[in-house]
Amino acid sequence: MGRITLDKVSKSFGEVEVIPPLDLTIEEGEFVVFVGPSGCGKSTLLRLIAGLEDVSGGQIRIDGKDATLTPPARRGLAMVFQSYALYPHMSVRKNIAFPLRMAGQDKAEQNRRVEQAAAVLNLTDYLDRRPGQLSGGQRQRVAIGRAIVREPAAFLFDEPLSNLDAALRVGMRLEISELHKRLDTTMIYVTHDQIEAMTMADKIVVLHAGVIEQVGSPLDLYRAPRNLFVAGFIGSPKMNLIPGAQAGRPDAATIGVRPEHIAVSTESGQWAGTVGVSEHLGSDTFFHVTCDGIAEPVTVRVGGEVDLHYGDRVFLSPDPKQIHRFDQAGDRIA
Amino acid sequence: MATQHSRAAARMMISPAVILLLLWMLVPLGLTLYFSFLRFNLIMPTGNEMVLGLFGQGLRMPGPEDLTGWDNFYWFVTDPSFQAAIFNTLKLVGGVLLITVVGGIFLALLLDQPMWGQGIVRIFMIAPFFVMPTVSGLVWKNMFMNPVNGVFGHIADALGMEPYDFFSQSPLLSIIWIVSWQWLPFATLILLTALQSLDQEQLEAAEMDGASWWSRFWFIMLPHLARAITVVILIQTIFLLSIFAEILVTTNGGPGVATTNLTYLIYVSSLLQYDVGMGSAGGVIAIILANIVAIFLMRMIGKNLDA
Repeated sequence: MGRITLDKVSKSFGEVEVIPPLDLTIEEGEFVVFVGPSGCGKSTLLRLIAGLEDVSGGQIRIDGKDATLTPPARRGLAMVFQSYALYPHMSVRKNIAFPLRMAGQDKAEQNRRVEQAAAVLNLTDYLDRRPGQLSGGQRQRVAIGRAIVREPAAFLFDEPLSNLDAALRVGMRLEISELHKRLDTTMIYVTHDQIEAMTMADKIVVLHAGVIEQVGSPLDLYRAPRNLFVAGFIGSPKMNLIPGAQAGRPDAATIGVRPEHIAVSTESGQWAGTVGVSEHLGSDTFFHVTCDGIAEPVTVRVGGEVDLHYGDRVFLSPDPKQIHRFDQAGDRIA
Repeated sequence: MATQHSRAAARMMISPAVILLLLWMLVPLGLTLYFSFLRFNLIMPTGNEMVLGLFGQGLRMPGPEDLTGWDNFYWFVTDPSFQAAIFNTLKLVGGVLLITVVGGIFLALLLDQPMWGQGIVRIFMIAPFFVMPTVSGLVWKNMFMNPVNGVFGHIADALGMEPYDFFSQSPLLSIIWIVSWQWLPFATLILLTALQSLDQEQLEAAEMDGASWWSRFWFIMLPHLARAITVVILIQTIFLLSIFAEILVTTNGGPGVATTNLTYLIYVSSLLQYDVGMGSAGGVIAIILANIVAIFLMRMIGKNLDA
């Protein structure tokens, strides 16, 4: 259960084509993350899969069956919304039981499954509270509980963590990942945060203006970004993208070097420059170095604490094996 | 900084406004209370002899006379039309509330749909609220419900049926209908804004959860509207208890007392029977009843606003 295939699926709102025809296969049990900047069509794509939006063309197959025209409730998918979309006038128990109640299950069975879901999500003590009396993280868990009880073929998450504070987000990220391992169900997760994508995904789909830029495992995308957009989007801090001529590499229109693949020395190196702003995180230090002959400042990551300050002269040497080359069109040169 | 001194000064400064408001409210209330215990008849004076001129001839002038205790209240309450007036008031308020709330929800759901010319349709919807009560009463009476000249009469004629004489065959229902027509836009507007504030994701979540349109309405929209509905009921009740103009211009409280509500009965006592004392007693009873309703509604609203 839970293999989803998109076959030339497209979506237009009036004249505006938001998603040009697109093919994608999501394997059973996979954790797939749609990632991209806001407005790239990732939420629309999720809503097309959910059935909340009608496709303008193409076919959606769930477990091999054409589901393009199936109403959302009968696709066997459960969705967790960005705003949680809990029903404010119902207790947590009634919220979680709502899909079961709509399916006409008897009270005893409803209760059994609600208790089960609550136990999985540590919500047992909160079953009789209203959503308004819960914290953000607890509300998020209720929303997930409401999805779990339906035992869906796949879970759809629409930016579920963007309303939580940073510390809670890290915790919930882990919980969702653990849930995926435990339930072993297909999950599709939409986010604009590449860290969430990198940490949780089995497979990342990078979207840009409705077009799939690259599909692959997190490390595939990290090691071999297919074009400039993916190169700039995946990885934090961003990859340094330097015009080939300025970097002394006439064999590429642009070269990309990740901050962690540049060595810093005070004596010698390939590029000489001046240290600008530095960010000391303890475990790492990030320097923004203005190099001679290179227009944009180069970001460098150095492990641990380094005694370099604003205005110091340094030399940078990129690791030659870790240089990504891109041609005029922005595509990767293998 | 609010020192003891400046606070005292502030109190002094606002006192004229407060005193004015208090007087504004207390003087008429006090006078009504006072009159309600007085024998005060405009055409049948008993006392108050005035000595006129040189002849020393006594002339009784109409006006406030002796205190009569609870007599006014006794006669007002035991008047057979009092009971009828109470029931008519309840039926009028209840009927209008039922029609406007149910109809308002229905219209709000319709107007919430995306459609061409939405702005204009919404403005037209509010129009009845701007028509004066006397005007709408007369328009309905003469142009719609009149069995000879009214539109409904013509329609019945065209269909070969006997025209229905609304104001003599079902007078109270006709008035309920006219008042509902006036208040429907108010209910619709408040419910529409409430409906628009409903989080669309909740409806989508319910749709994913397998709820039919009816279930979504019953389990999601209606609970969301509960607060707005209580507001509509509270505000309308306050105004509907004192419906007067529509009755005056259409049925004059008749036939018999079929459309006499409490407000109209007070008018009858004071200005048709010229008994100001009894009218005042009726006014005091109306105040008490209105307050009972208000307390009820406040508690209901309070409960609803907590949630």
